This record gives sequence, structure tokens and C-alpha cells, in this order.
Amino acid sequence: MPASFVPPSGAEYARLLPEMILAGVATLTMVLEPLTPARRKRALGRLCLAGLIVALVAAIAGHSNPGPAFSGMLQVDGFATFFRVLVIVAGMLVVLCSSSYLQRENAESGEYYALLLFSVAGQSIMVSATELIVLFIGLEISSISSYVLAGFLRREKLANEAAAKYFLLGSFATAFLLYGIALIYGATGSTNLNAIRQVLANPETAPLGMLAGTAAALMFVGFAFKVSAAPFQVWAPDVYQGAPAPVTAFLAAGPKAAAFAIFLRVFLTALGPISNRWEGIVWTSALLTMIVGNFAALAQTNLKRLLAYSSIAHAGYVMVAFTAHSAAGTKAAMFYLAVYVFMNIGAFALVAYFGRKGERYVHVDDLAGLGVRQPVTAALFAVLLLSLIGVPPTGGFFGKFYIFKAALEAHLGWLTVLGLLNTAVAAYYYLRILVVMYMKEPGESTADLPPLAPGTRTVLWTCAAATLLLGIFPSVVLQFAGLGK
Amino acid sequence: MNLLDAVLWLPLAGFVLLLALPREKVEAIRRMALGVSLAVFLLSLGLVAGVQGTAAFQFVTNLPWIASPAIRYHIGIDGISLWLVLLTTLLTPIGVLVSWRHIDKRVKEFFALFLLLEFGLIGVFVALDLFVFYVFWEVSLVPMYFLIGIWGHERRVYAAVKFFLYTMAGSVLMLAGIIYLYNRAGTFDYTVLLQMMWSGKLALDRVEQAVLFLGFFVAFAIKVPLFPLHTWLPDAHVEAPTAGSVMLASVMLKMGCYGLLRFCLPMFPAAARGYAPWIAILAIAGIIYGALVALVQPNMKKLVAYTSVSHLGFVVLGIFSFTQLGVSGAVYQMLNHGISTGALFILVGCLYERRHSLEIKDYGGVATPAPVLATMFLITSLASMGLPLLNNFVGEYLVLQGTAQVNFRWAVFASIGVILSACYMLWLYQRVFYGDTPESVRSQMPDSSAREWAAMAPLLVLMVWMGTFTQTFLPPITAAGASILERTKVNVEFQVQRQMPREVSRAR
Repeated sequence: MPASFVPPSGAEYARLLPEMILAGVATLTMVLEPLTPARRKRALGRLCLAGLIVALVAAIAGHSNPGPAFSGMLQVDGFATFFRVLVIVAGMLVVLCSSSYLQRENAESGEYYALLLFSVAGQSIMVSATELIVLFIGLEISSISSYVLAGFLRREKLANEAAAKYFLLGSFATAFLLYGIALIYGATGSTNLNAIRQVLANPETAPLGMLAGTAAALMFVGFAFKVSAAPFQVWAPDVYQGAPAPVTAFLAAGPKAAAFAIFLRVFLTALGPISNRWEGIVWTSALLTMIVGNFAALAQTNLKRLLAYSSIAHAGYVMVAFTAHSAAGTKAAMFYLAVYVFMNIGAFALVAYFGRKGERYVHVDDLAGLGVRQPVTAALFAVLLLSLIGVPPTGGFFGKFYIFKAALEAHLGWLTVLGLLNTAVAAYYYLRILVVMYMKEPGESTADLPPLAPGTRTVLWTCAAATLLLGIFPSVVLQFAGLGK
Repeated sequence: MNLLDAVLWLPLAGFVLLLALPREKVEAIRRMALGVSLAVFLLSLGLVAGVQGTAAFQFVTNLPWIASPAIRYHIGIDGISLWLVLLTTLLTPIGVLVSWRHIDKRVKEFFALFLLLEFGLIGVFVALDLFVFYVFWEVSLVPMYFLIGIWGHERRVYAAVKFFLYTMAGSVLMLAGIIYLYNRAGTFDYTVLLQMMWSGKLALDRVEQAVLFLGFFVAFAIKVPLFPLHTWLPDAHVEAPTAGSVMLASVMLKMGCYGLLRFCLPMFPAAARGYAPWIAILAIAGIIYGALVALVQPNMKKLVAYTSVSHLGFVVLGIFSFTQLGVSGAVYQMLNHGISTGALFILVGCLYERRHSLEIKDYGGVATPAPVLATMFLITSLASMGLPLLNNFVGEYLVLQGTAQVNFRWAVFASIGVILSACYMLWLYQRVFYGDTPESVRSQMPDSSAREWAAMAPLLVLMVWMGTFTQTFLPPITAAGASILERTKVNVEFQVQRQMPREVSRAR
């Protein structure tokens, strides 16, 4: 044991409490899984939900106990708390809408929930990491669980393809990230974000610009892949389409939000001093991501694929906030991600419900007449869609408003105008869904709809209510986000 | 909480109330919608007295909504917004009446959305915070989209989507402009912004003004719609259900005119004056083009839709004449157009409910089986073409007079539109109501029902009232218009020119 070793204090353990709870409950679920009879698997879902709730409480309570933990490897601050709460809530919503789906597919098992919890734990570590190695470990915990989840229905051809693709491309991207970490360590002699920043900011110690720039570029590749920003977004539509719908909901929400959190943290903290080297790249990527996402979505007929492209486009909007690299930009990105998580989980939860066995009905046209057959469900979905378009008074509108406000403050005039025009393009494909739902004659695909399962209903109501609340009283979340950096 | 708040929020309460009613109780839903909209109208009448004799905003409520960025729920009305609010609250119960039997599927949703639309429209006219204005602007878009898309005619989906996308594309640029203004001034508050501009605390340079003006202008011009941005209008008007067309033509188009007058002119005066000649040319082109296209339309609803393009050209021309007469005339013309075109759409809707066709060739000699309907149509047509003693005459006259003060040639060209309007209206009337009555028309053409009467009577009364007793309506408009015009003289050479003759005459 090295002489400098200081055992972590109780407060430091407390700062890691949510992750410990999540990992503990996940492990417990794995142990209980073989002991639970097939028809009681739902209880394991409940157990995991309870675990998530306790972790949520711990994460919120952790807000009053900010500070570093484990020799500065983790940092609990407003930023970390915000994203921890977000990913845990995302996990809760996904667990809620998974149960009925899995029962229908005869695939409900403890592993599913355990993997989900591990993934959330990984994300939770990611967002509070201030150290590249810890960050990388968190990312890997989250990613590897996600790869398995994507292929969870192992008899489905598309799900297998999705999992394989996700795994292979994801590994490549992680390798790039690791190269970037190695280079920056070589250049600055540290993996601590603050230490890196100090070295880079000091002209005397600053390494060769080329070296740091290359490291930034390699890390950008890794992160851009995780948040599905262009030109590293090609995996997303296939994976989102192939994975089981609740898993898609999860992939589009938690991992993406967490990846954005570390993307922001690394680039704005550690690589902030060399922002002139990456600004142009991020600007271009933001614009490309919006354009690719929106224009590709225009041509989609499969609902899951359409939402996949739409989620790429939304990543583009967050990238705009990122490009602003200001306090206002970070706040805007945080707010937008919060709204985004609710909008997307809600939308995919509807897809999971509507698809029915084997996800037979996942085409946009299948929704024909949902507005007549199930007016309440349709109305909830309509609220989410209007929020995705960005119509006030929904959270989606406020999110975009804050993002473009931050962008204009940072004198990104062209990016703002092009981004706003992009939102008008996006309106078209969301409107198509509304058209089919409300203005087309009901078809056979909506004839024998089962009633909403309680879990899915809770998710839909929560998501629709949250998007509206975030739109009408955004101050609540903004104040919370304002506490972050 | 004052009267204006009640007028604004009651429709939303009605919307929630209607959603709570069970969908089978169709009759109760209709009654509830009518009751709420009538109550709103009666309440809004109380606003008239408060706005007399002042150009300042009345019935102001100014509360914080969002702390950062500072967004305030700031509403109030002056002599211009007063009448537009009243127009909205009057036409909503009328719209409910004309939809009574016409709408027979998904009745609950229809009336709920109709009240939501009223909420959005009133909000647009009373908002004094740019952000809140934008929110209402977009809120009014959604119910109209559904009204057209669900209850419209054959090509309804195409029309609804086109309507939504056109407006959306225009308004995102306005949003960029609003955000830019906030970043410069630190407030969304309209009155504070004007104050800052007036006192020179917020000085926008030439380029900024020009770009911001265009951002706002395009959003408003699409909504007006100004030629050549009008192509969404014929589709939306023709495909919408009757009540939808009425609200679209009578109120929604006024959102654009109102925006021009309220925001574009006083906030970016130099740019507005710089662009004015070009805008006036577009307006005149719209007046003549709209009228010529209306002349050759075989479809009644489309004909009426194109007359809107023509009539709204007068409004824009009046606004950009920068004269007291022109601006008063433009506002008066907004109200006139709302009443006479709304009435025309209702009457065309009555014909459609009977004969299930909008083609002029399917009609003829309707005056024989339905004399009352024919008389109502005649009065409305005469009003629409600008016959003296009826409402449109006053507005058109004021606009032309105001325009002539600035540029006589513009007035000459614009008056061609007045002549053409007589041509298309009278020709339409002749083909539909006179001549031999085919059997197919005779058998399907009962005269107006009591409900149609109830819907039309207030509009007919107003046509005469506004054409004869202009003093009921004009003073508040003139006061508010003068205050807006006063704002447009900031840093403009024009001010000096106007002062000159008086000094000279005094010296003599």
C-alpha cells in the first residue's frame, strides 16, 4: 500500500451511494433470477424499480453533500446531480414500460432489469466522473449492458443485427476514445480533467498544439458516436429499429444524455483552453447532425426508424448549444436533454405498446385512426409530438428557445438561422404522424388494440405531463440546471 | 385579475370543460361551447368603455412568468387590439352556430379545439411581451391545423400541412429576431423595448434594423398573406370547414396585419420606411392579382379566398403609407374584412350544406327558392365590394386617401381593385342567384333557418353600422394609430420635413 493512500471518508462513500445501490440491487436481481418461477418474474421488475427509486432519493440527497470523492476521481456537483437524476428517472420510465412488452414477447426475466440497472449505474458514474479513466469505466459499464439489451430478444433477426452492429461500431468508437485519452495523458501527464485544463491553459506547460488537437479529435470521434452526432450517426437508425422498443426508448434516452454530459464536461472543462481547435469541428458536426437527421427522417415510413432519425436531429440541436460553449449553452443543453428524455421515452413507449406481439405494427400508417379509437392515448402522443416539433407551450419549444438563445449570444447567427429552419423541416414528418393518427380513416391495425398496461399508461402520462410542465414552468428545472456549471 | 384576463382565460377554461364532458352528449357539448363563447363575447363588450380617449394600454396585467430569461405575462389592449379582440369574441359564437349541424363527427374535439383557437387568437392580440406573443402565435396554429385537417373537405390534409409549414417556416425567423432583441435589450417587454428605443438606450444600427425587420416581416407577410406568399391561403380556406374558414379569414389573417402594425413599424421604423415602397408595390400587385384570379374562379370558396388576398392588400398598403388616414383605414379595413368575408364564408357554407357543391356552375336561380338567403348574400356582396354606406367603403376610402397623400399613383392602381371587386362579386351573385332555377337546385334549397339567421344578423347589422356610424369605432383606432405613427418618426428625416412648412408659414 503506497504511503500516500488515504482511505475514503464516509462522506465520500455517501457520494457514490446511488451507484452502489444500483449495482447492489442489480446483483441481487441476478442472484434471485434463477430462484424466481417464470410467472413471478414481474416481481424482479418491481424490485429493480424500487432500487431505482431509492437510488433517485440518494442522488437527490447527494445534492446537499457536494464535493469530490475517491481522491478527486468523482465529483458530485450540480451538473452531476442533474444528470444522475435524469438517467435514473429515464431508467425508471423504461422499467415501467418494459414489463408488459416483455410479457407479450415471453421474454420477461431478471437479467433484463439487472442489465438495465447496471447500465444506469454506469451512466451515473460517467456523469460524476472528473477523471478520464473513471469516465471510461462508467462508459464501458453502460455500453456493454446496452449492447446486450439491444439483442435481448435473441431469436429476432433484426435484434441480433442491431446488437452486433452496435457492439462492433461501439467498440471501434471506444477505441478511438481510448487513443484520445492516451494521447492527452501523454501530452499533459494527467487524466484528471482539471489538471489537464491547467496544463493546457498555461502557455509554458502547454504541449504541442498538434498533439492536443489530435487527442481532442480522437475523443470527439468517440463521444460523437455515443451521442449519434454526424458523421458518426450511421449506426443509430439500424440499432434503434432492430432493438426491442423499450430498449430503444432506453438507448435514445439515458446513454445519450449521459454521453452528452461527459462530452460537455470533457470538452468544456479539460479541453476548454484549446477550444479554437475544436470549435469548427463541433459547429460543422452540429449543422450536419441536424440536416442529416431531419432530412433522412422525412423519407421514413417505419415509426421506429423515423424516431431514430428524429433523435439524431435532436442531438444536433444539443450540439448547437455545445457549439456556443458558454454557461448559457451548457444550461440550455441540460434543459434540452431533460425534455428530450421525456419526449423520446414517451414516444417509444407508445411504439412499444402499439407494436403488439413481434412488433407487427411499427409503420407510421398503422397509426391510422388512433385518434378515434383511443383518443386519450392519441392526445398524449400528440402532446409529445408537438413538443418534438417545438410548439409552445411545451418543453420542446422552450428547450429549442434556450439553445438558440445561447447560440445567438455566442454570435452563432448562421447556425441559429439554419437550425431554426431545420426545426421547420422537422415539423413535416411529425405532422405526418399527427395526420395519420387524426385525419385518416381507422384501419385494421387499430381495430383490436389491447387496453394500455398500467405501467405504460403511467409512462405516457408522466412524459406528456413533464413536457407540458417543463414548457409552462421551465424555471423549476432551469434553477436546478443553473446550479450546474 | 381584470376583465381582460377573464376574456383571455375563459375560452381555455371552456376548452378544459368540454374535454371533461362525455363525448356522446353531443347536444350538451354544442350548448356548452355556445354558452362559453357567448359569455366571452358579453364580457369582452365591457372592454370598450375602458379604451376610450387614450392611446395607452388599458386593462394591463404584468406578472412575472419565468425569472430567467425575464419573461412576463404582460397583457393589455389599446384601441386597435380592442376591436380585434371583439372581432374574435364575436365570430367565435357565430362559428359555433354555423357548425351546429355541419359538424357531425367528433363533435367534442371540434368545439374544444374551436375554443382553444379563440384562446390563442385573443392571446395574440393582447400580448405585450414578445415571447408571450410568440407563444400565442404558435398556440393558435395547432387548433387550426386540426380543424382543417380533420373536418375539412377532400384535400384537407394537404391544405392543413401546407398551412402549418408555411406559418412555421415564417415564424421561426421571427423567433430568431425576438431572441436577438432580447440579447440586445435584456427584455421581451414590448412597452419597455419601445421606451428603450425612444430614449436611445437601445439603438439598432441600419443593418440590424433591416435584418430584424425582415425576420418579423416575413412571418407576418405569410400570415397576411402578402403577394407572393399567399399560396397557402386558397388551399387552407377552401378545404377548411365553414367555421374554420370564417376564423381563418376573419381573424387569423389579421394576426399578420396586426403584427406589422404593432411590431414592425414602431420597433424598426427606419427599415420599415426604407422597405415601404417595395412593400406597397407588392400590396398593389396583390390587390390586382387577387381580384383578377377571383374573377375567373369556378369555385365559390376559392373565389372568396382570393378576394381576401385582394382586400388584405389594401390593409398592407394603408399601414405602409405611414399616414394617419392610411393606418386608421387599414385597421378599419381589417375589421370590415373580418365581418364581410366571414359573412361570405358563412353564406357559401349555407349553400354548400344544401347543395353539397362549391362549384358555381351547380347553382343558378337560387334567389327564387331562397329569397332571404339571397338578400343576405346581396347585402354582404355589396358590403364586400365597397358600396358607400356599408362598412368596406369607409376602410377602402381612408386607405386610398392616405395612400394618395404619399403617392398618388399607388392610389390609382389600388383603386383598380375596387372596380374589379364589383365585377367579381356581382358576377358571382348573378350566376348563383339569378337565372333559371334548375330542378336540382330548387329541390335542395330551403330558405335560411333560424340558426343561420342568428349567425348572420349581427354581421349584417355591423355592416350597416360600421358603414354609417364610423364614430363608434374610429376614435380609439385613430388614437392608437397616431401613437404608433409617432413611434415611427424616431431618427427619421421625415420628422424634419413635416415640421418645415409650419415654421415657414409662421414666419410669414
